[in-house]
Amino acid sequence: MSSVLTIVIVEADPDRAKLIVDALREAGDYDIHIIGERAALQRQIQLHSPDVVLVDEADPSRDTLEELALASGPLDRPVALFVDRTDQALSTAAIEAGLSAYVVDGLTRARVKPVLDAAIARFQMVKRMRTELAETKKALEERKVIDRAKGLVMRARGIDEEEAYALLRRTAMEQNRRIADVAQALVTSARLLG
Amino acid sequence: MRTTPISLGYVPLVDAAPLIVAEEMGFAAAEGLSLDLVQAPSWSRLRDALSVGQVDAAHMLAPVPVATALGLGGGATGFDVVSVLSVNGTMVGLSAPLAEKMRAAGHDFDLMAAERAGRLLISGAPKPLRFGVPFPFSMHAELVFHWLSALGLPSPQSLVVRTVPPPLMADAIQTGEIDAFCVGEPWASQVAAKDGGVLLLAGKAIWSWAPEKVLATRACWADGEPELSARLIRAVWRASRWLEAADARSLAAELLARREYLDVGAELIERAFTGQFDLGGGLGMREVQPFLSFHEGAAHFPWRSQAAWIGSQLAARTGLDRASAMRSAERTFRSDIHRAALAQTSAILPPASSRVEGAFAGDSQVTGVHGVLRSPGNTFFDGARFDPASF
Repeated sequence: MSSVLTIVIVEADPDRAKLIVDALREAGDYDIHIIGERAALQRQIQLHSPDVVLVDEADPSRDTLEELALASGPLDRPVALFVDRTDQALSTAAIEAGLSAYVVDGLTRARVKPVLDAAIARFQMVKRMRTELAETKKALEERKVIDRAKGLVMRARGIDEEEAYALLRRTAMEQNRRIADVAQALVTSARLLG
Repeated sequence: MRTTPISLGYVPLVDAAPLIVAEEMGFAAAEGLSLDLVQAPSWSRLRDALSVGQVDAAHMLAPVPVATALGLGGGATGFDVVSVLSVNGTMVGLSAPLAEKMRAAGHDFDLMAAERAGRLLISGAPKPLRFGVPFPFSMHAELVFHWLSALGLPSPQSLVVRTVPPPLMADAIQTGEIDAFCVGEPWASQVAAKDGGVLLLAGKAIWSWAPEKVLATRACWADGEPELSARLIRAVWRASRWLEAADARSLAAELLARREYLDVGAELIERAFTGQFDLGGGLGMREVQPFLSFHEGAAHFPWRSQAAWIGSQLAARTGLDRASAMRSAERTFRSDIHRAALAQTSAILPPASSRVEGAFAGDSQVTGVHGVLRSPGNTFFDGARFDPASF
């Protein structure tokens, strides 16, 4: 086995792949390959003969990698799922971060741990960014709906924007609902009524 | 009434129906439960989520808990199977060129003709024949291995079974990565609808009573939470009974089609429920009745002999000791927990928890707990019989 670990990252999004590569480069000297195309995944992976394969848990092609853990042909190197009972804390951290790591049998924990620590930290960051992005998107959509509802109220009652918003807010408070939900109901009803 | 939340993982497939119906039609609420249904993108993800306790219970391929008990595949803590969620429901299909070859040779694409289809496939297939299945440990893989090896196709020399995630199956067949596939619904119909492939054989033509998906928990969870797990088993059992009524199934198809569940057209889902299939490739319609079972013949009962069969097949392929693999396998199918949970209901349960698999041709009747149990046939296409007691 060569002294430098070979790591394959299965990731379709080039930006995300780069984030992971950067984190690994900071953690040590590795031979890193990115696979973005899922066709013939196993063949592509076997071409690199990696020590470690990293893949996003959300990726459906993860099940294909599961088969690598079984490959037992004369030319195949056995790959074991790292996430196992030998290191419950690290496994749980990886799963919670949304990372699956497949590691060749026989590698010592000391050699693999820095790779996984760096990958887990980066996956956690990406997950946080995703959540924040989703929240921002939702807030933006809600803002649009509230604006539309305000417009409807203004036109129907001949009041100004501030009064319309106050009315929506009061209604929401009385009904113990969110303003965005009241606004959505109003927009839907208005659409139904034409 | 306050409800106890249970998180339940599932993969978006037609056979997740008992879990979705249990929540949506109020069977869970009637047991004081609210099911938090968590969708998983892959079987390995779901297995890991259950293993580390991110979900309390999960929809699982029947061979996965057995494989885990045998130490095969990704490491995980052990699982208990507390119910079978569905029996049958898989479909074998071919690439368009291979289907054309079979049509030219005079094949009628009768979805129940396992022997004829198999012999013709073997005679005209490329060597090796490459089969796509959803997971290395799946009834899909077991059925393909049993079918083609019984007809004399040796594996791995002439048969390569590969894992292809079902959403990527249509692509894999169109680009020639695989020659054939075995998947559940709605994915088989999806491939046929995309003109990528043609349906050849219903999985039940290979084994007429193949346990497909199970309800799994972490080992010891059900023993530690006997009351909670019993409520879950009963809620899912009532959902499966509800699903058995013909008129319930179009409503169920509508439910499953929703964006938060399968997010595909209800008419695609109904094919599995009604057993009416478009073969694809302009070959017309075929019927399989019933295509998948949730309740009839106590389909929900986790037979220890089903686990033993799976264990025996896995052991034979991976070189493990067969008898001890079967004993480990049997312990994962908890017919004891299932019985205890349904003891106070009207459920008709079999008198024994193990039987000779493949030994019941046609309808059979047996006096069970709470009444007479009518079972549809349980046969292998090649007449094989599997008696766990003989090992």
